[in-house]
Amino acid sequence: MTSIMTEANQGLLDRIPQQPVPEDLAEDYATTGYPFTRDAKMKMRNVNVFYGEKQAIYNVSMDISKKEVLAMIGPSGCGKSTFLRSLNRMNDTVEGCRVEGDFSLDSDNIYDPKMDVIELRARVGMVFQKPNPFPKSIYDNVAYGPKLLGVYNHRSELDELITVSLQRAGLWDEVKDRLHQPGTGLSGGQQQRLCIARCIAVSPEVILMDEPCSALDPIATARIEELIGELAENYTIAIVTHSMQQAARVSNRTAYFHLGKLIEINDTNKVFTAPEHELTEAYITGRFG
Amino acid sequence: MTDKKNISELVAAGLAKRYRREKMFRFWGILSIVFSVLCLVVLFTDIITKGSGAFQQTYIQIDITYDPDILELYDPLDGKQFALANFDGVIRQSLQQRFPDVQGRRDKRELKKLVSLDAAFVVAERLKDQPSLLGKSESLWVLADDDIDTYYKSLDDREGPFTGRTTEKTQGWVQELVDRGEIELRFNREFFVRGDSREPELAGIWGAVKGSFFTLLVTLVLSFPIGVAAALYLEEFAPKNKWTDLIEVNINNLAAVPSIIFGLLGLAIFINFFQMPRSVPLLGGLVLTLMTLPTIIISSRAAIKAVPPSIREAAWGIGASPMQVALHHVLPLAMPGMLTGSIIGMAQALGETAPLLMIGMVAFIVDTPSSITDPATVLPVQIFLWSDSPERAFVEKTSAAIMVLLGFLIIMNTLAVWLRKRLEKRW
Repeated sequence: MTSIMTEANQGLLDRIPQQPVPEDLAEDYATTGYPFTRDAKMKMRNVNVFYGEKQAIYNVSMDISKKEVLAMIGPSGCGKSTFLRSLNRMNDTVEGCRVEGDFSLDSDNIYDPKMDVIELRARVGMVFQKPNPFPKSIYDNVAYGPKLLGVYNHRSELDELITVSLQRAGLWDEVKDRLHQPGTGLSGGQQQRLCIARCIAVSPEVILMDEPCSALDPIATARIEELIGELAENYTIAIVTHSMQQAARVSNRTAYFHLGKLIEINDTNKVFTAPEHELTEAYITGRFG
Repeated sequence: MTDKKNISELVAAGLAKRYRREKMFRFWGILSIVFSVLCLVVLFTDIITKGSGAFQQTYIQIDITYDPDILELYDPLDGKQFALANFDGVIRQSLQQRFPDVQGRRDKRELKKLVSLDAAFVVAERLKDQPSLLGKSESLWVLADDDIDTYYKSLDDREGPFTGRTTEKTQGWVQELVDRGEIELRFNREFFVRGDSREPELAGIWGAVKGSFFTLLVTLVLSFPIGVAAALYLEEFAPKNKWTDLIEVNINNLAAVPSIIFGLLGLAIFINFFQMPRSVPLLGGLVLTLMTLPTIIISSRAAIKAVPPSIREAAWGIGASPMQVALHHVLPLAMPGMLTGSIIGMAQALGETAPLLMIGMVAFIVDTPSSITDPATVLPVQIFLWSDSPERAFVEKTSAAIMVLLGFLIIMNTLAVWLRKRLEKRW
C-alpha cells in the first residue's frame, strides 16, 4: 500500500466539482469494487439526492446484503449521512430535500407512494449521532415503539419485549432495578444503548446507525462496537462513521463516499489494506478527511 | 515585531482601562435597577397610602324604633304593605330623637344625610328577617354617608380634616357622635361583596372582579387552544414558503397593534355585523382573544422551537406520524413555555382597558354579572370609572381597586413562574 499521491491523483481531486457534474466528468465516475451482492436485503439503484438546487448524492447504486455490517466512510459533507437517511425516508421530513432513484427493501419499493412510512421505519430502524432518549422513563422509552405499532396483546407481552430488547442492547443488567427512572439520567453510552434497545424493540430488519459513537467516550464506544457485532447475528446493519478504525473493526464491507459519489465499495479488509481507487487510498492514509 | 516584554506592558496598560469600563458597565446596570425599584416603591407607597383607607368604612350607631305608625306597616308578612313601608321615616325619627335640638326643614334634611341611603334597606332587612321586631326598639350600626366617612377619616390629618361638602353643623354632629362613641371605623366588607354604585360608601369591587373573571375565562378558553394549535401547525406542519412568511410577519405585527384598534374591530364586527349584545363578558373575551392571540402564538412558537430536534428525529425514526410526534413529544415538552406565555398574555388581558371602552364595557353597571352574557365591567375599567367620579370618597376606592388588580396580576405572574419551574423537564 503506497501513501504517495501521484500528480494525476491530485489533479483528479481538483477536478471533482461540488455541483453539478459536468458531462465529461460524469463518464469518469464509476464505483470501484463490488457494490452488488447475491443475497441483497436492500437494493439502491441510480440514487440522486438534492437539497433544493444543490445535489448531495450523485447516481449511487449499491446493495446491502442480509446480516452484513456495512460501514460508510468518507470526509465530512460527502453525503454518507444523507444517503443513510434516505434508506428509511428520514429525508422526507427535511425541507426541500428531493430523492430520486430506486430503493427496495426485499421486494418492496421504499419510495412507493403506497409504502407506509410508519411500517417502513419499523422495518428499517435508526440510531442517531447524539443519544436522544425521550424525556420519559427507561421503560417508556423502549415501550414507545411497540405501543405505537400495537404489536403486543397483553401487558406481560410488552414487559417481555422490553426485557428482551434491553438484554439484546446489553443494558438490562444496568437498568433492571430502575426501569421507571428517566432515561435521560443514564450516562451517554447507556443512553445510546437505550436508543438501540428502543430501535430493536419494534423488531426491525435493518438498523441504520448514523455515527452512533461520535458523542461517546472510548470505553462506551468499545461497548457499542461489541454490541454491533452481537446484533449483526440477527440484523442487517448500515453504519456511518467518521472513525476508520471503527469501520475496520465492526464491518464486513466498507463503502467510501466522496463529494456525493460512491467511489469504492469492497470487503473491509481490502479497503483498508489494498484500496483499489486512488481517492480511497488518499483518504485512508490520511491525505484528507 | 514587538518582543514579549513589550506586549505584556501593552496589555498591562490597557488592563486598567478595561477594568474601568467593566466597573462603569456594572454601575449603569445597578443604577437602572435602583431607579426602577425606586419608581416601583413610589408607585406602591402612593397607591397604598391612598387606598388603604378604603378597606375601612365609617359606621354610625342609631337607635331604631320600628313604629308601625311611622312605617305605615301593620302586618310585616304582607308583601305589598311591606314594599310600600316608610323605612326612611323611622331613620329620620331616630336621628331626630338623637339630636333633639335640630329644628327647621333644611337642617332636618341635612341631619338625614348623616347616614347612607343604605340604612333604610338595612332596617327593612332586619324587619323582614324578624317580623316580631315591629313595635319594638333596637340599636343598629349603619353605614355613614360618604361625606361623613371622608370627614371622619381625615379628622386626624396633619393639614386638618377634609370638610368637602359637610357644613359646620354636620361637623358638630359628628363631633357629638365621636364623643359618645357612636361612630367608628369597621372593616369594609361591602367593598368586596358589592357591585358599582353612585354612592361611594356602597360601591364595591365584586361586580368588576366577576366581570374580569368571566371575560378572562372566555379569553382563555378561546385563545389558548387556538393559539397553541396555530403555533403547532406553523412550526411542525406548515411548509416554509411565502404564505407562511406572510402569516408570520402579520402575527408579529398584530402583537404590536394598539389595543384600542382591537376594540374598534370588535365594535365593527361583533356588535355592528353580528349584532352581539353590548357590555357583556362574552364580547369582551372575544376582543381580548384577538388581542392576546399573537402573544400566545409567538410564545408558543418559541417554546416549540426550543424542543430539541433530536427528540423529533427519535420519534420519526421509530415510525411516529407527524401528528404523533407533535402530540406525544413536542407538545408536552413545549407546554411549560406555552403556559407561561399564556398566563402572561392573560395578565395583559386582565389589565387591558382601551378595547373594552369601545365595546361598551364602560357602562355603569350595578348588578354583579352571573354569566358571560350579563352586562358587566372589568377591574381596569372600574378603576377608570371611579377615577373619573367627582366624589372625594372615590379617590381611595380607585387606589383600593388598583391594589386588588395588582394583587391579581402578582398572583398570575407568580403562577407563571411556579408553573414553569414545576413543569420544566430537564434533558
